[in-house]
Amino acid sequence: MATSETQVVAEIGNEYRYGFHDPENYFFKSQKGLSKEVVEAISAHKSEPDWMRKFRLKSLEYFERRPLPRWGGNLEEIDFDNIYYYIKPTEKQAKSWEDLPPDIKQTWDRLGIPEAERKFLAGVGAQYESEVVYHKLKEDLEAQGVLFLDMDSGLREHEDLVRQYFGTIIPQNDNKFAALNSAVWSGGSFIYVPPGVKVEMPLQAYFRINAENMGQFERTLIIVDEGAYVHYVEGCTAPIYTTDSLHSAVVEIVVKAGGRCRYTTIQNWSQNVYNLVTKRAVAYENATMEWVDGNLGSKLTMKYPAIWLMGEGAHGEVLSIAFAGEGQHQDAGGKAVHVAPNTSSVITSKSISKNGGRSSYRGLLEVAKGATGSKSKVVCDALILDEDSRTDTYPYIRIDENNVDVGHEATVSKIGEEQLFYLMSRGLSEAEAAAMIVSGFVEPITKELPLEYAVEMNRLIQLQMEGSVG
Amino acid sequence: MALLQINDLHVATEDGTEIVRGVDLEVDTNQVHAIMGPNGSGKSTLAYALMGHPAYEITGGDVLLDGESILEAEADERAQRGLFLAFQYPHAVPGVTVASFLRSSVNAVRKAKNGGEDDPVKIPEFRKQLNEAMESLRVPKEMAGRYLNDGFSGGEKKRVEILQMAMLRPRIAILDETDSGLDIDALRIVAGGVSKLVGPEMGALVITHYQRILDYITPDFVHVFVDGRIVEEGGPELAQKLEAEGYEAFIPEPVGGEA
Repeated sequence: MATSETQVVAEIGNEYRYGFHDPENYFFKSQKGLSKEVVEAISAHKSEPDWMRKFRLKSLEYFERRPLPRWGGNLEEIDFDNIYYYIKPTEKQAKSWEDLPPDIKQTWDRLGIPEAERKFLAGVGAQYESEVVYHKLKEDLEAQGVLFLDMDSGLREHEDLVRQYFGTIIPQNDNKFAALNSAVWSGGSFIYVPPGVKVEMPLQAYFRINAENMGQFERTLIIVDEGAYVHYVEGCTAPIYTTDSLHSAVVEIVVKAGGRCRYTTIQNWSQNVYNLVTKRAVAYENATMEWVDGNLGSKLTMKYPAIWLMGEGAHGEVLSIAFAGEGQHQDAGGKAVHVAPNTSSVITSKSISKNGGRSSYRGLLEVAKGATGSKSKVVCDALILDEDSRTDTYPYIRIDENNVDVGHEATVSKIGEEQLFYLMSRGLSEAEAAAMIVSGFVEPITKELPLEYAVEMNRLIQLQMEGSVG
Repeated sequence: MALLQINDLHVATEDGTEIVRGVDLEVDTNQVHAIMGPNGSGKSTLAYALMGHPAYEITGGDVLLDGESILEAEADERAQRGLFLAFQYPHAVPGVTVASFLRSSVNAVRKAKNGGEDDPVKIPEFRKQLNEAMESLRVPKEMAGRYLNDGFSGGEKKRVEILQMAMLRPRIAILDETDSGLDIDALRIVAGGVSKLVGPEMGALVITHYQRILDYITPDFVHVFVDGRIVEEGGPELAQKLEAEGYEAFIPEPVGGEA
């Protein structure tokens, strides 16, 4: 394990982080830009039912009608006409590792996927370009009635279930980028966990963007039935290109009474990617929803995983880390909306800004009339590594109920000279010492990650920290 | 030639105030030197300067380790070359456990000793060493999993400083007021831990205000430190004398009478 990690790190160093990419060898590429014809072509290519075709076309109208958001980060430079909205890399999905095309396999080898798969994976849904090409489920999951498919297959094979929930948590007109995703979505995961079934191992998807000027619009729908449990993990790294790239995903989750869902994301998009993602979950009576969200990389991230606490006793947690380096803006946070009585939520946000990077915490806490006895705690801590960097906090709080317990804490700190000196006096270099302080700062979140992701997270932090001080 | 040689060392703060004003001292392995002085005499500044704290400027003199000047070396390099400072006020590093911090430090020092090539300590070996060191310093086992100095009591911090020393195996250990904030039992354990390490592999420079730590670590040399200078030197009997008579005899009369 140690050796392969070292090798991966060495490779990353040689090739500028995750900047390697494979020759483009795509089966189907739609034309650049967005139009009714492109949307029709995507739907036709996937042989979708008519309701989905109409859903897409309606979504396109909403997308075109809505103005660009004027808050968050600067979106003016996105050239929507210069993006491919659909690419399908291989003819059909591979069932096993051996079936994968060699160049795709090579990319994943370099990211260390097979090892991860052997050790931890219950099933892998991996998105390469716009389509899931590799998908495998362990037999015991199938035996338990757990569905874990890419979204396209989910729609084909479980149309009724998909139709019942698709677009109900995040309406197609929710925001401009949700509308865009609804029009051109491709890939993503579809998961259904039957009542009472607890999936022991995390389900994982690993995906990355790998074509210049192409968008990635995956769509995920997770339904956790009563008393069921699932942990879904997505991680992604993207190669580096000179032209801006757009990632705009939609993730919808339903957690029914007594169920629990954890959704973990570690992202390291290349520094030209606009990462504009809408994630929302509804949690019913005594259900628990947890978002663990790590944002490294990208040019601009705007992402606020949301939980609507719809049933009495529901609990929601958002753990968010953002790391903003040079030229990066991480506008991240979380939303908790308390609709039912005696619901509780915790939002913990940790951000790190360095080399002129900018991080913002943006969060919403809402307690609706009737949600008596609800509790919420918001903690956001920012760490700034130098004078050029910036952090802001935008907490929006709306309380329409008296009998509630709501707390908000925010801290901003810097790495102190004394702390660095202390660690250096034990033989650590300045960069190692700073990385150690940063790793410790985000530890409340990394300790919630599956082991391999915690290792990866710390490795990414070390890479980000190299040469950043002194 | 002594392992650590301090020649006419002058140290100033960032605003130019000279705190250490010409110190000569030689410390070798197998030796315990005590530097005793009143508060504000510059003892801690001397300790920080020896370790390479960036806030202190060396305005004159030299510090040699193995006959080589270390003034250009940063703190990490000094540590790698065998210098250690037990801090008077150790800093907290939340989120980093004592064990993982120690492993990183031990590996950093090992890497330097191995010519810059990674030479990580094997985990079972590290665990064994850590367990033994913790046991001998009566540091409870669960401390290994706690975040470094985060919420530690004063006594816990001091013990963990000596634990770090035991794990890093320096050649010269500087102890800055390690006795302050320790009750008598803790003092005995901590001082015993230091004494055990002093030998052919290590010498110690014990900085203190009080004589009491010297009941457990017998110094070979005692240096009285007043106003940035060593003003008197002697054997262990000098410490006894200071305890009985105080520092007054060594403090110069203020010029121009009452301040």
